[in-house]
Amino acid sequence: MTQTYELSGAAAPPMVNGELAFDAPWQGRAFGIARGLAERGVYEWDDFRAALIEQIGGFDRAVETRDLHSSVPTPEFHYYDHFLRALETLLVARNIIAPGELIERVHAFEDRPEGHDHAHVHAHHHHH
Amino acid sequence: MAEASNPAAIRAEAIESLLIEKGLITAAEVDEVVERYNERIGPLNGARVVARAWRDAAFKQALLEDATAAVAPFEFEGGQTEKLVVVENTATVHNVVVCTLCSCYPWAMLGLPPRWYKDPAYRSRIVREPRRVLAEFGVQLEPDVEVRVWDSSAEVRYLVLPQAPVNAAQLADDELVARVTRDAMIGVERFV
Repeated sequence: MTQTYELSGAAAPPMVNGELAFDAPWQGRAFGIARGLAERGVYEWDDFRAALIEQIGGFDRAVETRDLHSSVPTPEFHYYDHFLRALETLLVARNIIAPGELIERVHAFEDRPEGHDHAHVHAHHHHH
Repeated sequence: MAEASNPAAIRAEAIESLLIEKGLITAAEVDEVVERYNERIGPLNGARVVARAWRDAAFKQALLEDATAAVAPFEFEGGQTEKLVVVENTATVHNVVVCTLCSCYPWAMLGLPPRWYKDPAYRSRIVREPRRVLAEFGVQLEPDVEVRVWDSSAEVRYLVLPQAPVNAAQLADDELVARVTRDAMIGVERFV
């Protein structure tokens, strides 16, 4: 994606050493949702942190215990993939989102035609 | 837009849309958090605190004793309820901060952590072989300098107070602030 930022002057974001807070807009959305829910009191931030530790811990253990002679390259660590997965796990565990409805919504979004309007998702049915 | 075909982007969007329908969050609230971290919270906050400590011995003392209370008058945003602890670098001590389990970080002071801070390699290696990792960051420590590694947690967030520049007294306030880098406040950069 292309995102334009004004990177100098008084209005420059307080990012640091040239690094923006998020690499992609969806990472910002994921962070905004996770943090926003905690600020609203839907859960405590510590609950999210516990889910994140569990999620990242799983990755760390898999890397630590992997066979050094394996021809499969060491998996890359993508922090926000784990962040999003932790959010999903917590929301499902708290019965806030049902796994089925999430899958259904993901499929509906995947089926959107190119150039769709993000703001309006219309239920549409595909006949294969 | 490339995002449309990214599975993670679609999942994030699906989660957000479900939460909005359930009345648990609004798009405006998500926008506000993103905007706050993209535009308002960053290491400039920590730099102001460090520069003040370099300038003002009484403030520095207060900061080292109870950083949470000492920075309260700055009224930084961040919704940070954790305790802030400031650790001081000296000629014989070098401090470095990590979160071994996830990505805990003094947000209100530094914004969101850089990518390498969250990486499994940094999280594990800085504890096991701190001198070697610091050398990779360009910090060459004399053997008589003690390294202290601080593991952040849900309760405590650490910030390193780097050594003041030797000519601090000759520098204007904004020049002092400009000397302070994010990496120095994490402890992967050392000035003296």
